[in-house]
Amino acid sequence: MLICVVVIEHAFMTDDFSFAVVASHSSIDTPPFYKFTAMWSSQQGSLLLWAFILSVVSTVSLAATKHKLRDVVPWATAVMMGVSIFFTGLMLLGGGVNPFEVLSPVPVDGTGLNPLLQHPSMIIHPPMLYIGYVSLTVPFAFAIGALIARRVDAAWVKSTRGFALIAWTFLSIGIILGARWSYTELGWGGYWAWDPVENASMMPWLITTAYIHSIMVQEKRGMLKVWNVSLIVASFSLALLGTFLVRSGVLQSIHAFGDSTVGPYFLALIGVVVIGSTWLIISRLDILKSERRIDSLASREAVFLVNNLLLIALCAIVFWGTFFPLISEFLTGTESTLAAPWFDRYTTPVAVILVLFTGIGPMMSWRRISWQGAKRVFTIPLIVAAIAFVLLILFTDAADSFWALLMFTLAAFTVSALIQETLRAAKARKKSAGGSIFAAIWSNAVRNRRRYGGYTVHLGLVVLLVGVAASSSFETKEDIKLKPGQSAEIQDYTVTYVKPTVSRNDQALIFGADLQVDRDGEPFATLHPTRQYHQVTTGATRGIASYFDGEATSEVGLKAGKRSDFWTSLEPDTEEFERRARMADALFGAYMREKVLPVVQQNPERAEEISLAASDLLSRTTDKVIEGYREDDLAIPATFRVIISPMVTWIWIGAIIAIIGALFAAWPSGIFRRRKSS
Amino acid sequence: MDVQRKRQVRLFVALGAALLLATGLIYTSFNASSEARLPSELTDAVPGKSYQMVGRVMHNSVKETEGGINFRMRDPDGSGEPIKVIYTGQVPDPFREGRDVMVTGEVKNGVFVGDEDTLTTKCPSKFSEKRDQ
Repeated sequence: MLICVVVIEHAFMTDDFSFAVVASHSSIDTPPFYKFTAMWSSQQGSLLLWAFILSVVSTVSLAATKHKLRDVVPWATAVMMGVSIFFTGLMLLGGGVNPFEVLSPVPVDGTGLNPLLQHPSMIIHPPMLYIGYVSLTVPFAFAIGALIARRVDAAWVKSTRGFALIAWTFLSIGIILGARWSYTELGWGGYWAWDPVENASMMPWLITTAYIHSIMVQEKRGMLKVWNVSLIVASFSLALLGTFLVRSGVLQSIHAFGDSTVGPYFLALIGVVVIGSTWLIISRLDILKSERRIDSLASREAVFLVNNLLLIALCAIVFWGTFFPLISEFLTGTESTLAAPWFDRYTTPVAVILVLFTGIGPMMSWRRISWQGAKRVFTIPLIVAAIAFVLLILFTDAADSFWALLMFTLAAFTVSALIQETLRAAKARKKSAGGSIFAAIWSNAVRNRRRYGGYTVHLGLVVLLVGVAASSSFETKEDIKLKPGQSAEIQDYTVTYVKPTVSRNDQALIFGADLQVDRDGEPFATLHPTRQYHQVTTGATRGIASYFDGEATSEVGLKAGKRSDFWTSLEPDTEEFERRARMADALFGAYMREKVLPVVQQNPERAEEISLAASDLLSRTTDKVIEGYREDDLAIPATFRVIISPMVTWIWIGAIIAIIGALFAAWPSGIFRRRKSS
Repeated sequence: MDVQRKRQVRLFVALGAALLLATGLIYTSFNASSEARLPSELTDAVPGKSYQMVGRVMHNSVKETEGGINFRMRDPDGSGEPIKVIYTGQVPDPFREGRDVMVTGEVKNGVFVGDEDTLTTKCPSKFSEKRDQ
């Protein structure tokens, strides 16, 4: 697998266009970094990457369980190999997806990588999701192995929980990078659209979250065994479904790779996984009985179960909405779709209740919490939540949105509960071991990475959800049309369109605008949103107007702040420029036909030299047109979309906190100790 | 109440609640959805009903207007009767003539009036696709 990846990457880096995949996804002008990463922008390359990552995680998982689980490992290995064979087989036999397909004759240059995808976070986003999806194969394979070998105690759970955590972490990173890219690159101003492909990554994430919690119940209390194997099967199936959705074109999505031939194979695999696993679970029901039962609803295991049910409810809602076009077509014969408001209506309440349980869960004790115990842990968080509620109503507009207000209040409850728990344990340690309170917190955390990593993840997610609630409930969005020199007022802000800019680089024409933004009369930010028009790179030398035939991308003007983000995108009026470009193209064309062509016909040996001179001349003409346009200082109005959304920054901060927490929890706790002893 | 009975009641209540919620979800999803149609299938559209139209933007049909664009769409395979679209709101970056787009709205007097900010363009997988002019 490694060799395959190396060969393909080498072909990309050296512009070997005899490989079909290189010719269609890269070009000589593509920057080296994007050449390297163009592999996974293609269908073939992404399948190869899947198979490659799978081979890596399988190897790591087998190394990690070297002397353990001797009866389970062979079966697990077989499952992982089966999945691996599926992907390799697909590339070889699936039709049109072999990354080693060659082209004859070999093209001189490739078509290049879509400029929309030439963005750092877009480059990291797919492999992150793949690592997430693929890592789920390990716990899945071990679950199947444990079932076949009839060893259904918590041993397989313990050996593979690290992989579940890693899968969760990478899925999180992948999802958040996609959201961030959408926010800063797409000129749309949102970070989540409930698009089928976004949902496809969200669903395994939700189920993996549930799984990470419920396996703790199996480890500590020997319960929920059927539940856990079912969750990991669901998670893995949803991961495959995500991979399938991106490739099949069964649902209308902005992401579709285009229709392809691999869809049916994926469906078959998903079918095999779901039916095979279900049969296996049913046939092992006798040994999957819980060792104990839930003693009380006021126990940690009961709360974990509720949190699991909420996560699954969330996943079910997303699943229903995503597949509604297919479901409705099946039931009523007409295909219907559900839009973002429908998703929002149902997911918001569930997410709010989840925040509450995020706070309650870690404070509960296993088996049963006593009335005294409950009073001790819940009093302070409840008081904090009540104070937060009153303050929010008195001093902010939060009361305008019921769900947002509830979310903020419950977030206050959860965060104070987390802080209280951390401090309580730290004080106890300080008493026994001395030192400062921070040293005590750290020492507790290193001793119990999973618990404190979990706390950090909870904190991060609550911060993230507060950001989502605030930005979605209290966003201001306006489209304004301004001429250079004009201003517009939006909320406390004054936006002045100072001047337009036009420039050019190797690939694109760039129209921009200098904006001055003042808040309450004070200078707040100078922003420079741009819109870039990329020239089509294939074919003969094109005219200046051909810039407008290619892709257009946006670079938004963004001033991020702790309180709110000021976001602008630009829609320039390019009509006048296009008119001038066409005029210049006509003149240039006439010059070439009348003056240059006869010379070439008389001296064919000078063709190359003349062609170089011609493209140089075209380049200078383009600069002239740009310069002329700039100097004429035409008062052409441009349209700006302005979005002021509060607390968006906290979404990214929350995500970073959560990911740090997850990495902390997933970090193998033995490493430091081993180093010290050696 | 003995433990066994208590469990049964709990299970019953939980299942009942889940069933109720699921019914609500299913019922409202049929009301809130917009039917997906191709441009050629909109000739018998019910006025005032919301549709999601998926089709291809026709060449030389896009005109900019105050706060939006007008254009004409055909079925994704380029066949069928074209329909005129009046759209206000944000036009996504990859929007181009000859590309497949989705827009939600209703049909008024034979013209498709798109809802604000519902226009999405399918991400083209390649830099320059063959134009089917």
